[in-house]
Amino acid sequence: MKIAISAAGKDLDSQVDPRFGRAAGFVIYNTENKTSEYIANAQNLNAVQGAGIQSARIISGTGAKVLITGHCGPKAFTALKAAGIKIFPGADGTVREAIMKLATDNLAEAAGADVAGHWA
Amino acid sequence: MKELVVISGKGGTGKTSIVAAFAALAASKVMADCDVDAADLHLVLDPHIRQCETFTGGSVARIKIDICERCDVCRNLCRFDAIDRNFKVDEIACEGCGVCHDVCPCGAVELVTKTAGEWYISDTRQGVMVHAKLGIAEENSGKLVSLVRSQARRIAEENDLELVIIDGSPGIGCPVIASMTGVDLVLAVTEPTLSGIHDLERVAGLGKHFGSRMVVCVNKWDINPEMTERIVNWCSSEGIAVVGKVSFDSIVTKAQIAGVSVIEYSSGNAAMEIKRMWLCIAREMELKNIA
Amino acid sequence: MNEGTIIAIASGKGGTGKTTVAVNMAAALSRASISVRLMDCDVEEPNAHIFLQPIMTSREGAFVSVPVVDEEKCDGCGRCGEACRFSAIVALGAKAITFPALCHSCGGCIMACPKKAITESSREIGLIEKGTSQGIEFIHGYLKIGEAMSPPLIRAVKKQAAYDGVTIIDAPPGTSCPVIQAIRGSDYVILVTEPTPFGLHDLDLAVETVRQLGIPCGVVVNRVGMGDARTHDYCAVNDIPIIGEIRDDRRIAEAYSRGELIIDALPHLQEEFLGIMTRAKTGMRKKERKGELL
Repeated sequence: MKIAISAAGKDLDSQVDPRFGRAAGFVIYNTENKTSEYIANAQNLNAVQGAGIQSARIISGTGAKVLITGHCGPKAFTALKAAGIKIFPGADGTVREAIMKLATDNLAEAAGADVAGHWA
Repeated sequence: MKELVVISGKGGTGKTSIVAAFAALAASKVMADCDVDAADLHLVLDPHIRQCETFTGGSVARIKIDICERCDVCRNLCRFDAIDRNFKVDEIACEGCGVCHDVCPCGAVELVTKTAGEWYISDTRQGVMVHAKLGIAEENSGKLVSLVRSQARRIAEENDLELVIIDGSPGIGCPVIASMTGVDLVLAVTEPTLSGIHDLERVAGLGKHFGSRMVVCVNKWDINPEMTERIVNWCSSEGIAVVGKVSFDSIVTKAQIAGVSVIEYSSGNAAMEIKRMWLCIAREMELKNIA
Repeated sequence: MNEGTIIAIASGKGGTGKTTVAVNMAAALSRASISVRLMDCDVEEPNAHIFLQPIMTSREGAFVSVPVVDEEKCDGCGRCGEACRFSAIVALGAKAITFPALCHSCGGCIMACPKKAITESSREIGLIEKGTSQGIEFIHGYLKIGEAMSPPLIRAVKKQAAYDGVTIIDAPPGTSCPVIQAIRGSDYVILVTEPTPFGLHDLDLAVETVRQLGIPCGVVVNRVGMGDARTHDYCAVNDIPIIGEIRDDRRIAEAYSRGELIIDALPHLQEEFLGIMTRAKTGMRKKERKGELL
């Protein structure tokens, strides 16, 4: 299974980026072969609107079925749900620590957005 | 870290004067001027800009006239009447949708990202202020507002400051929505006029729509005490607390002309009433650093 | 458009007296037997009806078009999402989903879909009311609360009239897209200001806005006496005609607060508003109406 984590850097020891739509990038961790890859989110930082929707599209394209992030707004939530991706907000620390928290059942799946949207 | 936004619905009720006063009263804060297309807070806070960044909005189409075959496909499909008979794009009408670019058979259209404004981080005598200038006739004010807010929040967190005070804009559209979503408290400043009441009801409706906690201040309340009472009663029926009634005082304009907040200029009625209102808000927001 | 005159009332700063000037000018002209129409384009917070109290004769919803995806035909190819610059439609999972509030109604996704799976539907963004008051033809719009974009509704309001006689457009405050949509295509813009630092700062932004649109303008200074002389100096230095002045008077504030026309409370002001119109006409270059009205 592939897990996407919003990240400030490119590897498992990077800090979790608390933002989803305007995250610097995503570390995609494959639980089967324990490898990770990185996908940048640069084009989204300047998006006029819908950054969360585009981020959802990007991680959906990697085949990730789970997202770990800091916060998730309402449009991003709708988009991720449509893509069949489970959302675990509230993560901090490093990417590695966040994955561990998920593995030990210490992150709760989101039933909805946990922050208000930005208009823009 | 908490956020307070000051909005009004109707323009001219006194938002910026009140924000300037709060800036002088609050101990631990960052100011964010989110009235990006008619920003005035800097006229009182006298900022010294330490960082200036450009803000890019959406795009506009530009037609390379030497390549253009004048087939008219773009003009027929543009829903915004933005391309004239000479195949020149009206950049004010253009929405940046890209349809002309996508349908052009000879690649004569390019989409160009617009520099839509600037934003600034400044030092003022009352602390750090984040502000912006949206270019004339620009769109995407919501995005610029969100940017100013997120910078102010970042600075507050990095410096362990308790409060972000946001000066909002009039109306109920995208810049107002962007300044309101997710704040801890909305202060709606109104005036005792039929227009003021009408607009307050709309902006309160907006607050409800977004689930924001709202309180009200009646500014220049003594211009019409009956109308003030009507507002107070309406707020009561809606479960909205009235945190302040500020008398009409010409000293507020004199302070503005002197380039300072009314708190720094006077200790008269209006100044005292604003101070009382500030304490009320500080209690509502459970602030630790009051003054 | 035909032979009429279109005057927009704008400001930059909110609360300077746009609506006051718009409604009192309309009433003064009507009482002087001039055919006049008032179009309140401040669709976020319309106030003109408070003073003119029109008898409404129609009320209609205003709509923008949004895409609807036929899931049977959609194969999730994503070309619609690639065409959309606003993230209002995107292919996620097996199908395309839409975010109608983000849509700018450009039609790009419909053109891009290879399966012809996308059709257009409508989304209500507000309502438009029409009526009459004291011989004045009245039109305004109300943006639905929670709607972010007012320009499409302003455009719909401006489509409602024939533009014969005099049309006065009450514009929203500010200098960005809602104001542009309201004032574009006018023959003249009256900028209402107050003689204070905030008023002056925003007046300067408003003048720049109007100049970018190439429309002639003049200034009405409201509440003269409550501030300082910098506004008058600014107009003189920048060659901007001051076409009217209203002295600060608590009686005006009180009448306004009750929703009364100030030409009823202080009848001598009727002449001032007729004078503003005359001076605006002098500044107009009618035969070269600039730009599209809508």
